[in-house]
Amino acid sequence: MAEQRVQWFKFASPPNFYDLSGRLAPWFAALAALLAVIGLYIGFILAPPDYQQGNSYRIMFIHVPTAWMSMFLYVLMAVYAAIGLIWRIKTAEAMAKAIAPTGALFAFLCLWTGALWGKPTWGTYWVWDARLTSQLILLFLYLGYIALHAAIEDRQRASDASAILALAGVVNVPIIYFSVVWWNTLHQGASITVTSAPAMETVMFAALMVMTFACWMYAIAVVLWRARLELMERERRSAWVVERMGAEKP
Amino acid sequence: MIEFLAMGGHAPYIWGSYGVALVVMVAELALLRRRRKTLSLRLQRLARLGQEDRGDSTQDT
Repeated sequence: MAEQRVQWFKFASPPNFYDLSGRLAPWFAALAALLAVIGLYIGFILAPPDYQQGNSYRIMFIHVPTAWMSMFLYVLMAVYAAIGLIWRIKTAEAMAKAIAPTGALFAFLCLWTGALWGKPTWGTYWVWDARLTSQLILLFLYLGYIALHAAIEDRQRASDASAILALAGVVNVPIIYFSVVWWNTLHQGASITVTSAPAMETVMFAALMVMTFACWMYAIAVVLWRARLELMERERRSAWVVERMGAEKP
Repeated sequence: MIEFLAMGGHAPYIWGSYGVALVVMVAELALLRRRRKTLSLRLQRLARLGQEDRGDSTQDT
């Protein structure tokens, strides 16, 4: 147990995190590209058109993964923010800040692809139903977090204040998830739940899963890259940064 | 091929979704790359400016 703790703290120290993430991130990025190619091949070539929706349902393979990612990443950001707030671990603060732009990107893509799927399916790009509105609020929470972080000059105070915003916003995530159950929404309910078999063809389900893993790998790669930059900026006067700067060409 | 791209009349919606997704992801990667270059240039300039600057914690921009 004690040994395990030492390991974690070792990984959390900025120079170790910097080195390890620098070695891992390219692999995650390569895996993301590979999985995206496989996922798109299954989703566009192997999967047949839907008997009701025709081809427009293929938007699902990007819409659903981005929706899931935007929610997962928000919770992850809040967890890192809490760790930073409570234990003052710099790497956790950097991770929270590094997740926000990628989370916002996924929230935006979810809304964008949802609008483009809504038009041929529902006849409208947008309705103010509970699912769509709470997802829009998620995007605003990400943007608010980013703006608040940028607005406060003192780095520690910026980190603390935005951490509290992130934590307060967590309440929105179950609201998004259960909105289709709690309210009468135009948006359909979940097709995939933990407790029952997926309500779709196996080949469609396979494409959806592979695309979800691709999005995860992409998110891990860019978040690690961004967190390294954050740490380097914060710690630019410490010996480990100076040391590594000398070894790298610009 | 043409038939595939037409997506049974849903082409603008489908390619509009995947196209924008690709564009924003590539843009995110490009921005990160640029930020890294700018930062490493700045840090190397700082390093060249000398040691007296180090340890100073008043400004944090």
